[in-house]
Amino acid sequence: MSALTDKYKELIDTANASGIPDLQIAETDGVLHINGTAPNADVKNKLWDIYGKTDPNFLTGDVVMDIQVSTATAGAKVKVTTQDTALNIRKGPGTDQPIVGKAAKDSIITLVGKANEQWWLVRTDDGAEGYCYAQYLTPQ
Amino acid sequence: MTVKKIIPALLIAGATMMALPACKHKPSDTEIQTSVQSALANYPGISADVKDGVVTLSGNVTSADDKANIETAVNGLTKNGVKSVTDNITVTPPAAPAIAMSPDDSLSAGVKDATKDFPGVSAAVSNGVITVTGEIEKSKVLNLKQSLDALHPKKTDMSALKVK
Repeated sequence: MSALTDKYKELIDTANASGIPDLQIAETDGVLHINGTAPNADVKNKLWDIYGKTDPNFLTGDVVMDIQVSTATAGAKVKVTTQDTALNIRKGPGTDQPIVGKAAKDSIITLVGKANEQWWLVRTDDGAEGYCYAQYLTPQ
Repeated sequence: MTVKKIIPALLIAGATMMALPACKHKPSDTEIQTSVQSALANYPGISADVKDGVVTLSGNVTSADDKANIETAVNGLTKNGVKSVTDNITVTPPAAPAIAMSPDDSLSAGVKDATKDFPGVSAAVSNGVITVTGEIEKSKVLNLKQSLDALHPKKTDMSALKVK
């Protein structure tokens, strides 16, 4: 075990026990990389909680973690989890794309597909369709 | 005994000896090699050298189980003439797939979108490392870190970021 895997033992052990079928954990150049697809959003949130406890505000930067959620597939419901504002719905997958609508904070909308990990195509109940930044969409 | 009677006795003794199973055809090294190759059919990385019935195995497999299975199989070929097995097979586990990390231009494009919602934050990209400066509210730092890590950099360095 390295100093890094010692420091993040709880995170690594929990990730290993969380039913993540494609889990990858590797240390490169002093950074611990953790990637995988969690069965639900709760597992993802739990792992980020543990990481945040071990490295408050993530300032050390000795972990790069990307946990996707397997329930986020076409047709799934996702919740808008912005901090306080509505989420912009854009014509294309990028912040340089025009805004075509907004999804209210805490509203549940439908995932139509994914352009990539960062930009998901969604549709609101009143029919607005476009791309939202996935960071603010939580699979239900 | 007279010489005349010894010869038939010898002939009978010789014929009897030839009929005994112990004098059945002894497999040549070439024949043994053929049998061993059948046993190695599923292991293309393994070769066998046969000398006087002694089989020397060499090559590489990816698991200790494979090595043990091969040795057992070849050891089991005694009927085919294998006298003993020297196992020089090495075991090298398959390399773990490397973590994919994004090139700088892809990171730079991604960083623009990721920091759009955090006006006090700047991010620079160099050699796979995202370096973050400026300031941010504590309640937003998780979102920022998740967004940046999702771009698969080598490192997300927020050590200079002021968290209010």
